[in-house]
Amino acid sequence: MATLPVAEQPVAEFERLSLSALLEFYGAKFRTELALQFAYRGALAIWLLSLVSQPLISLVVWTTVAETNGGSAGGFTAGEYAAYFVILMVVNQLTFSWHMWEFEWRVRTGFFSPVLLRPLHPVHNDIIENLTFKALTLVALLPIAVTLGFAFDARFAPSLADVVAFGPALVLAMALRFLVEWTVALAAFWMTRTMAVNQVFGVLSFFLSGLIAPLALFPAPVQVAAAILPFRWSVAFPVELAQGQLSGVEILLGLLAQVIWIVLAVVLLRLVWRHGVRRYSAVGA
Amino acid sequence: MRITPSTARTRESSVPWADSAVIAVRGLRKVYEVPEREGGVRAAAGSLFRRRTREVVAVSGIDFAIQPGEVVGFLGPNGAGKTTTLKMLSGLLYPTSGEASVLGFTPWRRDRAYLGRMTLIMGQRNQLTWDIPVIDSYELNRAIFRIPWPEYRRRRDELIDLLEIGELVRKPVRNLSLGERMKCEIAGSLLHQPTVLFLDEPTIGLDVGMQRRIRAFIADYNERYDATILLTSHYMADVEALCRRVIVIHHGSLLYDGDLPGLVRRFSPHKTITVEFEEGFSQAPGERLAALIAPAGEVVEQSAIGATLRVPKAETARVTGRLLAELPIADLTVEDPPIEEVIERVFSSGSSEAPGQDQVAAEITREAERR
Repeated sequence: MATLPVAEQPVAEFERLSLSALLEFYGAKFRTELALQFAYRGALAIWLLSLVSQPLISLVVWTTVAETNGGSAGGFTAGEYAAYFVILMVVNQLTFSWHMWEFEWRVRTGFFSPVLLRPLHPVHNDIIENLTFKALTLVALLPIAVTLGFAFDARFAPSLADVVAFGPALVLAMALRFLVEWTVALAAFWMTRTMAVNQVFGVLSFFLSGLIAPLALFPAPVQVAAAILPFRWSVAFPVELAQGQLSGVEILLGLLAQVIWIVLAVVLLRLVWRHGVRRYSAVGA
Repeated sequence: MRITPSTARTRESSVPWADSAVIAVRGLRKVYEVPEREGGVRAAAGSLFRRRTREVVAVSGIDFAIQPGEVVGFLGPNGAGKTTTLKMLSGLLYPTSGEASVLGFTPWRRDRAYLGRMTLIMGQRNQLTWDIPVIDSYELNRAIFRIPWPEYRRRRDELIDLLEIGELVRKPVRNLSLGERMKCEIAGSLLHQPTVLFLDEPTIGLDVGMQRRIRAFIADYNERYDATILLTSHYMADVEALCRRVIVIHHGSLLYDGDLPGLVRRFSPHKTITVEFEEGFSQAPGERLAALIAPAGEVVEQSAIGATLRVPKAETARVTGRLLAELPIADLTVEDPPIEEVIERVFSSGSSEAPGQDQVAAEITREAERR
């Protein structure tokens, strides 16, 4: 083979991370990740089950409450509850992430090292892992959601504006929830056991994101907290939007809130990352 | 220096102290803070309120410089600070203090341009994805390092060829043996053709044949691409075959930086004399032998037909002369002790009070003070 002096060999321009380069990585990682997920078919099925069962339980509870209450409870009819939780099932599946629970292991065992040595920010690795998992599970989840929607007689009436705004709201919610949870996950750089932090964040998220019940059912202070913090914007907002609950102004303000929070989250992530990664001790590896 | 001209200009100007070196290290120091408590429930409860930490100095201020194309052996016992140093140089770890420049970059800033030009290979750690075929991991690396397709295919096939892993790359990593995995790992880490290689125990756990092949491959890579290589190994055969220069660290400090024969000269104040007696010389020479090499020499081993003696270097000529004059000797050889033995003595001297090590310990102290 030719032995060019190294100076004359083509060297990739790593300084500028172009979008096309990033997409090329996403594509390649998508293919390997897909192969990997298929290798773990069983685990995939169990995950799917948990993604379905939790909203399904809420759905059954709340529609039952509404029906025994004479058709409605807290201003929602049984059909509206059904719609809320069926849409929530899909939105939750598309926005959730698990890296918070994985980071501790990565940092503690040094398994983070190979990812850190790539000329690419480690967040990209997780973004595409996350998206691949979602693409795969969505295929199975959508038919389940549709079936449940019919079975529980889900009632919702989105306007044309709602339908148009749903796409961006959903994508922004996905980005926001991922960024926030990935930043929280970085706590692993400071602590050996992050379980407690994750647990607190999980409980907050469960209530303030509208996962346990529509936010409209909560007292006003809770609703304000959910709106000031990123929680409402990372899950509940697109669900409410798809249900047709929101006015045009509310939709625009919601999208704005999402964008503002995403910008904040990116700044925060970079800041926390910069300080956290210094503490990485690459144990074992 | 062999990096692209555009980056070379800006990077190099920022570290004039690195001079022409590819790897330059100045006062590099790493202190780990380790939580510490006694065993037991009481101590555990106590640590809730007052956490005690202890500082562990892993690397305590080392300096060295490595020129383009050099292959340097980085030696030291377990816990000496070798791996910590390699991790700092590859950008995984932030140092507590000190400076380093590799290819003109500060490693722990983890500049993309830097990470794209070096590699860290660890014998006990895997970067290949466990459950998918090796070749799929390679393709992922292609995308990560943005290697153009034709270039990628050429390099991949060449590495597969050189390391003889054609049969293996279609199998999932989990189905490979340790040695097979290591070879696949090496190929994967070199696809982007790094100019700086940090190798941490690249031959650990491999059989002798495999070790030899990996050694030959590393030598070949160094020659072909004029790559700069810093390598740790517990196998002296690796070091003897690959490295003209060795850097020895112990307890985080630099003990020696120079060529291998120099290491033996400096740290082994003894020579080994092996004698074989003439046939028919049946009387055991025990006490006579001991008297001949007294006072500083010592009998390591003896039998009816010969003996192995260890004598201070300065005494060698005198002792040899006496032996030849006094005993019926058929054969006599004078040798430096094997390199393993020297290294072992260097390593054990710092930590134990074993008799006979005093001289080496004193030497090490002098050496440390000189720096």
